[in-house]
Amino acid sequence: MGASGKPPVDGSAGAPLLEVSGLVKHFPVLQGFLLKRQVGAVRAVDGVDFAVREGEALGLVGESGCGKSTTGRLVTRLLEPTAGRIAYRGRDITHATRKQLAPVRSEIQMIFQDPYASLNPRQTVGAIVSGPMEINGIDPPGGREKRVRELLETVGLNPEHYNRFPHEFSGGQRQRVGIARALGLSPKLIVADEPVSALDVSIQAQVVNLLRELRRERGIAFLFIAHDLAVVRHFSQRVAVMYLGRIVETGDRDALYRRPRHPYTHALLSAAPEPDPDAQGRERIRLAGDVPSPVDPPSGCRFRTRCWKARDKCAAEEPPLTRVEGNAEGHLTACHFPEEPTVVRDRTVVLDPALAALEEGTPQEEET
Amino acid sequence: MTTATEDRPTGPPEGTPGTEPFLSVRDLRVRFATEDGLVKAVDGLSFDLPRGRTLGIVGESGSGKSVTNLAVLGLHDPRVTTVTGDILLDGRELTHAPRRALERLRGNTMSMIFQDSLTALSPYYTVGRQIAEPYRKHTGASRARARRRAVEMLGRVGIPRPERRVDDYPHHFSGGMRQRAMIALALVCDPELLIADEPTTALDVTVQAQILDLLADLQRERGTAIVFVTHDLGVVAGVCDEVLVMYAGRCVERGTVRDILKSPRHPYTWGLLGSLPRMTDDADEPLRPIPGTPPSLLTPPPGCPFHPRCPYRDQVPDDRCRVERPPLAPEGGGRASACHLPDERVRELTPGAVR
Repeated sequence: MGASGKPPVDGSAGAPLLEVSGLVKHFPVLQGFLLKRQVGAVRAVDGVDFAVREGEALGLVGESGCGKSTTGRLVTRLLEPTAGRIAYRGRDITHATRKQLAPVRSEIQMIFQDPYASLNPRQTVGAIVSGPMEINGIDPPGGREKRVRELLETVGLNPEHYNRFPHEFSGGQRQRVGIARALGLSPKLIVADEPVSALDVSIQAQVVNLLRELRRERGIAFLFIAHDLAVVRHFSQRVAVMYLGRIVETGDRDALYRRPRHPYTHALLSAAPEPDPDAQGRERIRLAGDVPSPVDPPSGCRFRTRCWKARDKCAAEEPPLTRVEGNAEGHLTACHFPEEPTVVRDRTVVLDPALAALEEGTPQEEET
Repeated sequence: MTTATEDRPTGPPEGTPGTEPFLSVRDLRVRFATEDGLVKAVDGLSFDLPRGRTLGIVGESGSGKSVTNLAVLGLHDPRVTTVTGDILLDGRELTHAPRRALERLRGNTMSMIFQDSLTALSPYYTVGRQIAEPYRKHTGASRARARRRAVEMLGRVGIPRPERRVDDYPHHFSGGMRQRAMIALALVCDPELLIADEPTTALDVTVQAQILDLLADLQRERGTAIVFVTHDLGVVAGVCDEVLVMYAGRCVERGTVRDILKSPRHPYTWGLLGSLPRMTDDADEPLRPIPGTPPSLLTPPPGCPFHPRCPYRDQVPDDRCRVERPPLAPEGGGRASACHLPDERVRELTPGAVR
């Protein structure tokens, strides 16, 4: 199903904890009154392969609508996959029943983006954090309340706040409550879906550091979903870039950030703002428009409609996710005409019609 | 390199002849009466902005950035808000201006781009009609001419096939296109002052880069003065000439974009820069966040509002940070910072505090 048809080959050792291959999720588009007919499908995730090893953080980056959050929800089985295979510790859980999933569920936890919406406003923090333990019948020595207080302390909250309600906390503190809840079951894998994007920078750094410590000290593996490339770089050992339901490039952090090959990765990196007035020598790429609709994705390479290198071959043939010549082991790129492996170059690519017109100083022409 | 920083001289200091401030704010105070007490959202803020330049206002949520802008536009509800101080737009006093006078200015001489384009645009009217409305109101143009103007503006901000998209509703547009439509709406009357309140925060990076470049290019073409509110110092580097760092309703540091990003003086600015993950630093090093959370504006801490979170407060003798509010001390060249740390300590600490 996927581009390569098999899970990506990862260079380094370490037992794979989660293996995903050919994962597909299509949401049906229904039309009609009373008798609904399916007229199409939103191809949110369309053949994705990756693996997360024990204690490792894999960053999943992409723009909104690229399917990264859907992927996270499929992995935690909050959504039912349309096709493909999800294996946890070698066990197929793609279509496992509730009962079969029960022992696995406690090992895979999730942290959500919106700390306002993901905590029940009617429950105290104590009830929120101890809830999953109750459901999973976990009775820690010394009782659940003691454990909750320990967890609150671990995530940097005052254990005295056990009886407070979510609205009494700030956004960053609420996100910490969410993290404490996820830690309650001693998970092996945490799927963190944009855990810091709703927070202020200073608070964001606190939470990123907290998650880093947890990963190091407890050996928890992370699937870290985010759109902020700099945050992902600071958290993940390996990174996968998604575009319109597919992984277009994946590799070690350094390989991907220093020697990107896919034009889309280049565009993303060049667009990430840097707080340096002398950020000279960085490439400047301005794509035109937005991501196309996943209902009717472009044929062949999905990025071709916004790519400055697109040729006939890109429309006809879908590029496989493979190791391009000159790439390190485990650095896979899905492109027919990969870029030079550097982020420094003098060329600028401006595809945006309004920008190009303004910058050339030519009178504005109307688009046809 | 972004176009925004290209061929732009570093900011001339305030008061330099020839750069008369177009917008001048003096000792602005905005207070809200709430059930819990009086909130001092903005507490004595002053700044100047000449034509053709961009002032960045940076700070965390609740630092008073947006409240300042709404005060400039005169959009606060007078029943619950008291606004004092002077706001001078091209020499005209706005703080006590009558509603009618402000209405003539809003959307015409000054306009605003909001963060959330989905809530800022009305879902009831077509995009074209919403862009044409202020143009008709302020210029008295006919319906047909205003519509042509709307098409022209949509084309200018890079909406493909503007003559067709002009009749679409906001929900037909993607997030990036809606933000472009908002910019078209804000620029339709050729404003001289544009207030952009986190205009790209909700957008993806690739779209954000397009929008920032677009604003910079439009500014270069027309010499608009821009107030750019953001919490992202990375965005500041690309678009602003001068930067004002706000904390708890006050300016704690200001200077040119180079001053603030390269040699910041205030521990809060150090903290903001230290918390920011960068593409070039050592990714295995932990980030250096500011401890604690921003203060409540109902009961702001005594002395320096930043002292509860400041790692350097013990280096100031006599507990001054806890008792005495540091004044915003000008240092020449438009630079100023409000901190009790002596200058030589600041110079020693800066290299370590800023990576």
